[in-house]
Amino acid sequence: MNALAARRRHPAAITVLLLLGLILTGAAYSLLAPKQAQAALASEDQVAAGKSLFLANCASCHGLNAQGTLSGPSLIGVGAASVDFQVSTGRMPAAGTGVQVARGVAKFDEEATAAMAAYVASLGQGPAIPEEAVTSGQGADLARGGEIFRVNCAMCHNFAGAGGALTWGKYAPALKDVTGRQIYEAMVTGPANMPKFTDTNISPEDKNNVIGFLKAIETQPQQGGYHLGNLGPSSEGLFAWVFALGLLIGAAVWLGSKAA
Amino acid sequence: MSEHGTTHDEVSRAATGTLPQRFDDPGLPPHVPRQADHDESAAKRAERQVAVMFGLSIVSTVAFLVAYFAVDQRSTVFFPGIGSTNAYHLVLGVTLALSLLMIGLGAVHWAKTLMPDHEVVEERHPLRSSDEDREHAVATILDGGDAAQLPRRNMIKYSLGGALGLFSLPLVLQVAGSLGPTNVSELAETLWDIPTEGKHAGKPIRLMRDPQNTPIKAEEVAIGSVFHVLPESLDWHKEENVEAGRAEWKGVLDEKAKAAVILVRLDPKDFVSTKARDWGYQGIVAYSKICTHVGCPVGLYEQKTHNLLCPCHQSTFDVTRDCEVVFGPAKRALPQLKITVDADGYLVAPEGFKEPVGPSYWER
Repeated sequence: MNALAARRRHPAAITVLLLLGLILTGAAYSLLAPKQAQAALASEDQVAAGKSLFLANCASCHGLNAQGTLSGPSLIGVGAASVDFQVSTGRMPAAGTGVQVARGVAKFDEEATAAMAAYVASLGQGPAIPEEAVTSGQGADLARGGEIFRVNCAMCHNFAGAGGALTWGKYAPALKDVTGRQIYEAMVTGPANMPKFTDTNISPEDKNNVIGFLKAIETQPQQGGYHLGNLGPSSEGLFAWVFALGLLIGAAVWLGSKAA
Repeated sequence: MSEHGTTHDEVSRAATGTLPQRFDDPGLPPHVPRQADHDESAAKRAERQVAVMFGLSIVSTVAFLVAYFAVDQRSTVFFPGIGSTNAYHLVLGVTLALSLLMIGLGAVHWAKTLMPDHEVVEERHPLRSSDEDREHAVATILDGGDAAQLPRRNMIKYSLGGALGLFSLPLVLQVAGSLGPTNVSELAETLWDIPTEGKHAGKPIRLMRDPQNTPIKAEEVAIGSVFHVLPESLDWHKEENVEAGRAEWKGVLDEKAKAAVILVRLDPKDFVSTKARDWGYQGIVAYSKICTHVGCPVGLYEQKTHNLLCPCHQSTFDVTRDCEVVFGPAKRALPQLKITVDADGYLVAPEGFKEPVGPSYWER
């Protein structure tokens, strides 16, 4: 204890304390944070099963008949693709209202998600879950996909799919670690403030090209070392100012200090 | 007087405690010798450490030279924290950094352990030269002028002055001239203006998807969707270039930069401005995509708030209110492009922009 007390005025003490505090808070949160209950799937009829899941998990915001309430929009006519996107990316069921529901861990397995999608699809016509052939990115024309991405998507989602800010705290999320199916569904349904890119605007083949392009830039090697989040010159400049200049100042202080 | 002052000092010192009027110069702290100063084995060790650092620099430099030729430029390697990265760039960067860093570290370690570290005081003196030197310098300059016959040769004196003075004009002109084009009518014209002559004269211009370059039918535009649009006349421009024997792409980028348009469809009852609705077609409206602030593409459309956001300086335009500025540094609404459909159901622009697109300039 004496050795610890003697070091309490060490220059690094405050940093070490802060780090310790942060680590403890993080560990406590991960242990104590509320966990989502797993929904069981019992019914044989998919729509009926979907309806019971809907009533248990979604109806409090979207209404008993999915007609929408003050806390959630109507789901009539949004289609199976919308349900599959929102539930499989963990956005729905939402934990609370806010500017924008963030991506999270999916709370339902594929079977339950498909059941809810089938139920919502039965309420009114909407975009269906796309087929594997146009969502895998297989055989995509990467150059064309990149061109379409840069014209239609890059202004919000960043040239490397790293995401970006919108107005009043809204944001376009990063496009990493999402499936081709989710990308396709987001394009046709326009979740949150994203505009729709229907198949009459960008054809299914071109959507597949965009997915192929996104998968290609996600897996391509980093040519210039660490990417710093691919956020562009502002973040790189900030990094240089804070870390590189900080290092240089530290080196200057060390050089000026007496050796003995 | 001084006697009185002393008494006053003593009184105030007594009142405030024992603070002296002046502190003595404490001088330099005592010199603490380093280990290597008196212990020869420590000095030897320091010498070896410095030599090792310089040696590491030599090794790194050699490794750089070898890697420059030996490592395949396309090979990749896994690096913790980065992931898959280009091996060539990684090895060149690390070896070059090490070779320079080790020279620096070696020099610093050498200075800190072996170079003399006795405190030295450098006195400061006035920098002003002596009066004698100053007079001498002035005399030298004046003698030089006399010897060059400057006071007698007025023609040389005045022509040199004129030449040097005029030389500033090209420098100023380059700055002033780059502030904007001299022919501002070019800024007011876009490819959306209906041609008055040639084979396409008077023909409404179709809206084409960018980059697919396909025309758009009104029923293909769903509510809440956004299309990025270029004019059909971009192709006419290329055709004209070819017919006139110019390069096909001459001026195409300039025209594209002015003609970019964003097309969105709203529920018609969402519009607050009737002009915005009336210039559109069943809730489909087209606006210039070039920000009126400094000309970035305003491409970020939020389909629920109907806001168009410019990514450069966060100027925000409200589509329901005729793209008025609701936030940010832009001062003007985005110009709207009047649209309708032709006989085949494709969206067309029957006339060009009513006002110049893009950032402000003198006549706008």
